[in-house]
Amino acid sequence: MSIAYSLAFMKFVHGVKADITADIVYMMCPMHLLKLEEMIKGLDHGQVLEILTDYDGALEDIPQWCERTGNEFLGLDEDEDFYRFYIKKAIEKG
Amino acid sequence: MNRCYFDHVATNPLRPEVLDAMMPYFKENFGNPLSVYDLGMNARDAIEHAREQVAGLINGKPASIVFTSSGAEANNFAIRGIAFAMQNKGKHVIVSKVEHHSVLNSARVLEKNGFVVTYLPVDKNGVVDPDTAKKAISNETILISVTHASSEIGSIEPIRELAQIARERGILIHADGVATTGNIPVDVKELDIDLYSMAAHQFYGPKGAGALYIRQGIRISPLIYGGIQEGGRRAGTENVPAIVGMGKAAEIAASELPQRMEHCLKLRDAMIHGVLKVPHVFLTGHPANRLPHHASFVVEYIEGEAMILMLSVKGVLSASGSACSSRALKSSPVLLSLGITSALAQGSIVFSLGMDNSMEDIIYFLEEFPQVIKKLRDMSPFAGGWDAGGNEQDSEKPGSPGYADGDKCYTGG
Repeated sequence: MSIAYSLAFMKFVHGVKADITADIVYMMCPMHLLKLEEMIKGLDHGQVLEILTDYDGALEDIPQWCERTGNEFLGLDEDEDFYRFYIKKAIEKG
Repeated sequence: MNRCYFDHVATNPLRPEVLDAMMPYFKENFGNPLSVYDLGMNARDAIEHAREQVAGLINGKPASIVFTSSGAEANNFAIRGIAFAMQNKGKHVIVSKVEHHSVLNSARVLEKNGFVVTYLPVDKNGVVDPDTAKKAISNETILISVTHASSEIGSIEPIRELAQIARERGILIHADGVATTGNIPVDVKELDIDLYSMAAHQFYGPKGAGALYIRQGIRISPLIYGGIQEGGRRAGTENVPAIVGMGKAAEIAASELPQRMEHCLKLRDAMIHGVLKVPHVFLTGHPANRLPHHASFVVEYIEGEAMILMLSVKGVLSASGSACSSRALKSSPVLLSLGITSALAQGSIVFSLGMDNSMEDIIYFLEEFPQVIKKLRDMSPFAGGWDAGGNEQDSEKPGSPGYADGDKCYTGG
């Protein structure tokens, strides 16, 4: 179920312009969710957060987190040995 | 009998104020820093305060400090963590020949995993030539790791110059600062360094606490996998009391550093001056640019271990080379790299001073040490020279051309 779930959200994008980047490559799970929560708090409505991570679990977790919190998952891009996730803040600051 | 503890590079006594700061975290504040209730938050706050204190000692940002279990872990983390994280960029690492085993053995592990390691030679004072480092760099080089000062020979390495070279070539640079942190001023911004290792028990903090400074923005692969402690970079429930102790020790070190250096320097110079009056004894390491609390020698015709044992009977506690080389009874690779012969390297002895030593200790030591040397030389088959049964003339041929009698390797007063 989870694979089908994550595939449903899998969206590849290129050249997305981010307002801020969080580089958490090599940092352990669940840093990708904690960092996501921390960084998104500081953004304004409509701003885009880029998260760099090598953690495969993020493929599932980040789209799910976006759905749960009401933020927009723009998609992901693959780099050499990590992913770039793009999240647009869709909720009001706070 | 006096007791003179002259082995401060092995470890330091814990400062009473440090123990006082640690105690609550052994007792009532036992919470896990990841727990969300008060008890956990108290522990987390204590760790974050310690992070600020340690960062303050080296002029780094608190967020760039990762606590480890030891200086050795910090060195392993830096070298293996960076090598693994950057292997797509290149697989060449440069270290010096006067590194601690935690660096040298990490480098050997890399070699077994397909990396190429260059071991930089040093001059007879144990100092790396930045030009040699520059020439060793290739397009594959990802990291240079050189100790800030070797605990065996005390020489301070040109880290600032090496960092400049690394910066020009876009290479990361790590320095093992275990022997230097808390003993000489360290400013990671001024050194322009990317990674820097520290150990709390080298500056009157507890054993079991170390740290790695990682300049912000650098990717490093963890050594220990698990939870999100230390920002997801070093798993394992934190050793809260030891970390708190490291923070307190760092804060005290930062405020006392000038007095510590002045105190030790005076004693060290008196010791070196006195010891070099004994014939066939040579200073190892740089004569002037060395750790203020460090005096290391090679004594011809006798063994370091024998000197240490006889001195310990007199209450003088010292070491022969690094603790691990000493236990393994093998010639120190650091001393061999200075061009000292294997036979002469056997006579290695290291004295390292601290705030608990006094000039009386040095005077007592200077009375006892020549007698110990004499007693051992009287027993030594090499007393007449390195060739067994040789005559006095043979003793004019010391183990290394750089260590002739006229060259005491010491220019200080």
